[in-house]
Amino acid sequence: MQTKFVQVLTVAAVLAATFNIQSASAAADKIIKIDGSSTVYPITEAVAEEYQIATKVKVTVGISGTGGGFKKFCRGETDVQNASRPILKKEMEACKEAGVQFIELPVAYDGLTVVVNKNNDFVKSLSVEELKKMWEPAAQGKVKSWKQINPAFPDTPLKLFGAGSDSGTFDYFTEAIVGKAKSSRGDYTASEDDNVVVQGVASDKGSLGYFGFAYYEENQDKLKAIPIVAKKGAPAVLPSVETVKNGTYQPLARPIFIYVNASSAAFKPEVKAFIDFYLANAPELVKEVKYIPLPANEYAAVTKHFKSLKPGTGFDGTPEIGVKIEELLARIK
Amino acid sequence: MHVKNSARITKVNAKQNEISHHPMTELAKKSQASVLENLDSVRAMIKRHKRNDILFSIIGLIALMIGLLTLCTLFIDLVMDGYPRFNMDFLSNFPSRRAAKAGLLSAWVGSLLVMTVTFLTAVPMGVAAGLYLEEYAKKGWFSDLIEINVSNLAGVPSIVYGLLALGLFVYGLGLGQSILTAGLTLGLLILPIVIVSTRESIRAIPIAIREAAYAVGATKWQVVKDHVLKYSQGGILTGVIIGMARALGETAPVITIGALTFIAFLPPSPLTEAAPFINFDWLTSGFTVLPIQMFNWLSRPDHAFHINAAATGAIIIVVTLLMNGTAIYLRYQIRKNIKW
Repeated sequence: MQTKFVQVLTVAAVLAATFNIQSASAAADKIIKIDGSSTVYPITEAVAEEYQIATKVKVTVGISGTGGGFKKFCRGETDVQNASRPILKKEMEACKEAGVQFIELPVAYDGLTVVVNKNNDFVKSLSVEELKKMWEPAAQGKVKSWKQINPAFPDTPLKLFGAGSDSGTFDYFTEAIVGKAKSSRGDYTASEDDNVVVQGVASDKGSLGYFGFAYYEENQDKLKAIPIVAKKGAPAVLPSVETVKNGTYQPLARPIFIYVNASSAAFKPEVKAFIDFYLANAPELVKEVKYIPLPANEYAAVTKHFKSLKPGTGFDGTPEIGVKIEELLARIK
Repeated sequence: MHVKNSARITKVNAKQNEISHHPMTELAKKSQASVLENLDSVRAMIKRHKRNDILFSIIGLIALMIGLLTLCTLFIDLVMDGYPRFNMDFLSNFPSRRAAKAGLLSAWVGSLLVMTVTFLTAVPMGVAAGLYLEEYAKKGWFSDLIEINVSNLAGVPSIVYGLLALGLFVYGLGLGQSILTAGLTLGLLILPIVIVSTRESIRAIPIAIREAAYAVGATKWQVVKDHVLKYSQGGILTGVIIGMARALGETAPVITIGALTFIAFLPPSPLTEAAPFINFDWLTSGFTVLPIQMFNWLSRPDHAFHINAAATGAIIIVVTLLMNGTAIYLRYQIRKNIKW
């Protein structure tokens, strides 16, 4: 048995060696490898589709989540990384260790949308403070009724739906609402699949959930978006293409990014051409897949930034709420 | 029941002995009455047993229907949701951001190629291992241990195989996120199924067949090649196809090793026009498979993609049913030709 096992291993190793040689020869065939966030995926997929029609260069796009994607990106396995949140400190360290430098490019906006059931007629708007009361870790097991959020609300049971803790959406929402990334109550229905949240909220009158704007746009007949009051005295703002774009929808509007491997961008002409194509076509394609494009001046700034091939991030590894894109780019020296 | 019955008959006999002292007419009357009474109780018993029979068959039918109707409802629901996509374009188009234009081409080609690798690795290894364990290995605590482990492996969650493959194939052996890796992973996954079914069907061969062959001077290998393998083909094939059908629907391990989601080109063709007519570049190509494509479409915000997902689900079910149907048909054909 022992010798048989060794034999099998030997055969496997020989096979592996053979195919390694072949994969090296196949690498001459130009392939742009992209992986990462499922939130950014529809945009990159649209660009990849058009780019392949235009140039015949092969592009593959995977979905490993922002975190899983960064792991591959920082090992140098992928050329471009889709990210629904900025790169974190420990990911920067991993990249640095492997000698991978990156160029950070915001490509679109997403408005995290807070939704309630269509038949919920008592919630007209919610403030960040009220949302915090619902979602902070201290609320776990205690806050169970709408009445506890605001005495004006009826005593309807509160059922919460939200993003799973691996997603960039979860990180951003908790940062914006609770004030600390990944800090949330645990007793809610968490799902990586936003359609689960849609169905949950659509089937229960006392429910509340949050997800990306595109999911709300497709399900407006089943759900009601709630206008958000950023701080005391501010007006309640409903998420829409306009309010996200002009920055009045706060604090849940967020930029989403792609990270480009700096050496790929510098030495692989097809990757550079792909990113140029990405930024040139983003205004149209982003809108088509129901995301919110950056204003024209911001795309111009991002394009200029990519041309300079300046590596680095404007975030320094800590997430920030409501930062302007031009300011962000200016921080990268 | 039988015991109770005979007890009743002895009771009747005892009664008859008792009344034998009485004049004949009375005795005849009484015995007739007791026989009639006995007959009634037998009839009642038969009735009761028949009722139990019917009751059980109803329970059995309900149990069967719960499984069958669930599958049918699911299938019909998928077909009804997905029918706008049932056309050739759906099979010949690459994925796209426009749901109506998106197709399954890269997914079904990927599934086919991965299944080919799975078949080519799991079948020879599984059948050889099964044969060895049944025909060659010494029976003892070690072979018992292996047997228990093989059966246990069949129940290991598929994600565990995915994690193993990520460490061993993708990074350990440097095979990357390729068709080869996926095929080997799924091959490992169905290996226990192939081994177990090989062993079961070898065991079903009467020992007399082997003894007869040895008696006329056949070597062990000749016995295995000409008799054991030949007669167990049907069972082995069934196990292989059921394993393949399972591998076709597996998503978790394939996602773990890093299958792609958007891939709008096909791997290099395994057959080439120039000599040597075969190339192996496709083994190292990135890929996606049917269940991953379905999963991705299902998680999209746009409902049009959910139609695509339903159509893909229906296609996967049909292919699985076809595979299982083929298994049954082949087994029937092979069994028909076996004449001990």
